[in-house]
Amino acid sequence: MIQLQTEEGVLSTFDRETLLSWYRQMILIRRVEEEAATAYQRGHIGGFLHLYIGEEAVAVGALNALRPDDNVVVHYRDHGHALARGLPARAVMAELFGKATGCSRGKGGSMHLADATKRFWGGYAIVGGQLALAAGIALADQYAGHERITICFFGDGATNNGYFLESLNLAAVWHLPVIWVCENNSYGMGTSVERASAVTEIYRKACAYNTPAEQIDGQDLLEVYAAVRRAADHVRAGHGPYFIEAVTYRYRGHSMGDPERYRSKEEIERWARHDPIERFKRFLIEEGISLEMLESIHAEVEEEVQDALRFASESPPPPPEALWEDVYAAPAAGDPFILPPAVAPAQ
Amino acid sequence: MAEITYREAVRRALVEEMRRDERVFIMGEEVGVWGGTYAVTRGLLDEFGEKRVRDTPISELVIAGAAVGAAMNGLRPVAEIMTVNFALLSLDAIVNHAAKVRYMFGGQFNCPMVLRTTAGWGQLSATHSQTFENYFAHVPGLKVIMPGTPKDAYGLLKSAIRDPDPVVFIEHTHLYRVRGEVPDEEFTLPIGRSEVKRPGRDVTVVAYSRMLHEALQAADELAEEEGIECEVVDIPTLRPLDLEPIIRSFQRTYRAVLATEQWLGYGLDAEIAAQIYEHAFDYLDAPIRRVTARPVPLPYSRDLERLALPGKDEIKQAVLEVVR
Ligand SMILES: Cc1ncc(C[n+]2csc(CCOP(=O)(O)OP(=O)(O)O)c2C)c(N)n1
Ligand SMILES: [Mg+2]
Repeated sequence: MIQLQTEEGVLSTFDRETLLSWYRQMILIRRVEEEAATAYQRGHIGGFLHLYIGEEAVAVGALNALRPDDNVVVHYRDHGHALARGLPARAVMAELFGKATGCSRGKGGSMHLADATKRFWGGYAIVGGQLALAAGIALADQYAGHERITICFFGDGATNNGYFLESLNLAAVWHLPVIWVCENNSYGMGTSVERASAVTEIYRKACAYNTPAEQIDGQDLLEVYAAVRRAADHVRAGHGPYFIEAVTYRYRGHSMGDPERYRSKEEIERWARHDPIERFKRFLIEEGISLEMLESIHAEVEEEVQDALRFASESPPPPPEALWEDVYAAPAAGDPFILPPAVAPAQ
Repeated sequence: MAEITYREAVRRALVEEMRRDERVFIMGEEVGVWGGTYAVTRGLLDEFGEKRVRDTPISELVIAGAAVGAAMNGLRPVAEIMTVNFALLSLDAIVNHAAKVRYMFGGQFNCPMVLRTTAGWGQLSATHSQTFENYFAHVPGLKVIMPGTPKDAYGLLKSAIRDPDPVVFIEHTHLYRVRGEVPDEEFTLPIGRSEVKRPGRDVTVVAYSRMLHEALQAADELAEEEGIECEVVDIPTLRPLDLEPIIRSFQRTYRAVLATEQWLGYGLDAEIAAQIYEHAFDYLDAPIRRVTARPVPLPYSRDLERLALPGKDEIKQAVLEVVR
């Protein structure tokens, strides 16, 4: 058993399996994404591919601090959250490949992973859009008297448009059970926080909505876990929303093919020296976990990733008739915009 | 059968659906304490309480966006946007989220929400007199309803609230005081049905919302003054569109006039005309005529406003042109 200490004292006691499962999730996210990048270059994946590499501790720390039936809503940089939530690597990779076996049946792609059975409500690609949806999802649980809470992730860039203001305000006015998690990775595409936001310590924006907020080191898995646990207790007790700014960093470009003119190699290297996976690994070793043990996890993950790649590449694409499916729950008879109209010439 | 106003019909539908289904709730600006900007939701706060009749901040984007999330997570929100002019601030949540969540996630989510809003004018000037149904009707995944009569408003709103897909429901402020017969016993009307509201053999006039009444009036006057019998086809559902009654009518009359309050240019009228050309070209005896608003921002002056907006006289003139 391992005790997690925070400034307030002992937070929790964990068995090794739990901590190792977190380590495994971080490795899985990184390896899935590294392979996805390669598959992208080979043309198996199209469109946008926003990698989460460097930010893994945020999703893994946060989602493990919640209950399995809490709600998760994410932006388009969603692979990490999906895998941390337990979406199978196969379903994620198949979605990236645009296959019928993908978690969104090949119709969403990288930016729109979802799994309704895991209350993983999806990745959304209009910056800020998911904040309003999260408010509504939380409202539905509050309305129905459920204990569930909703966690909503977004980037630093999302704190500058209207969705942010309206959603934070409404959540506070209605005491909605939401944890807002801003993943501040210093940039929205190529624009740094300093160039885009009058307030650069993002968590300070929450005070305008009377929402308790804190800034944490998003590269420290245990700190993320502890903060989200605190936030969850607050929110679940009915005290209304809570805001966390997780300071983190993406190592890769915004999406594939980013010329990265806005930052230096040295800056990336500086952040990589505090890599979240390496940091957690050191913690585990200090706690007496053997290197062999960690290596066996790497080997296991490797098998899972290769299996996911095989599965994705062997899966069939969606059939042509899928094009017309799920526009509506049921197509209306005679609607010329869904089906050829059933208008016969008059006699 | 009682004669009630369009406003009472909408209110009755809301009240009945809220009594029937705990999941139905209303949110919007001034829907509660004020009683609704157009007094549609008056009395609802007293009956249902603050949990189910929710006054919101002036936040059109999150009203619509939160309705999407609440609908996905099991509720039946009726979100009210004061007027369709302000719904422009909701557009992203409606177009990029409400209309997409079913399809984009491979059928995993429902979005059973209604966005109620109003069109209308009356010396309200450029930003408060517009009608944007085509903005919504263009979008696959949305349903769009613009009822013209109390009966249709009642029956279609009830269906909209029960529908598993997002519905934009646009009421016309000029119609709130219009009276019409609505059966006393509860009923619903199917979404996606066009209806011949007045039979006639000479010209097909397609209209909806306020222009339905202008068309009916024009038809009565033309019958009396000229002996011309217009067939008035109402399309209270704009999407999905029930094309068949329009085409059937046109195949008997060979002539059509399309009447809408939309601006000339890329409006619903253009879509209906294209559908008629595509499906009944051989029956065409005269060019299809459109009666629309002038494509200018709406002016304040009463005189100018009258010049800008269409009415029964223009419909009559258009009918005379196509029968000539
Ligand atoms: C409303 C909107 N505007 C612009 C874009 C294009 N865009 C996609 S991601 C992005 C940057 C967002 O940055 P941030 O919120 O910090 O998230 P990050 O990508 O850093 O995780 C932009 C501008 C968009 N998708 N949506
Ligand atoms: Mg960012």
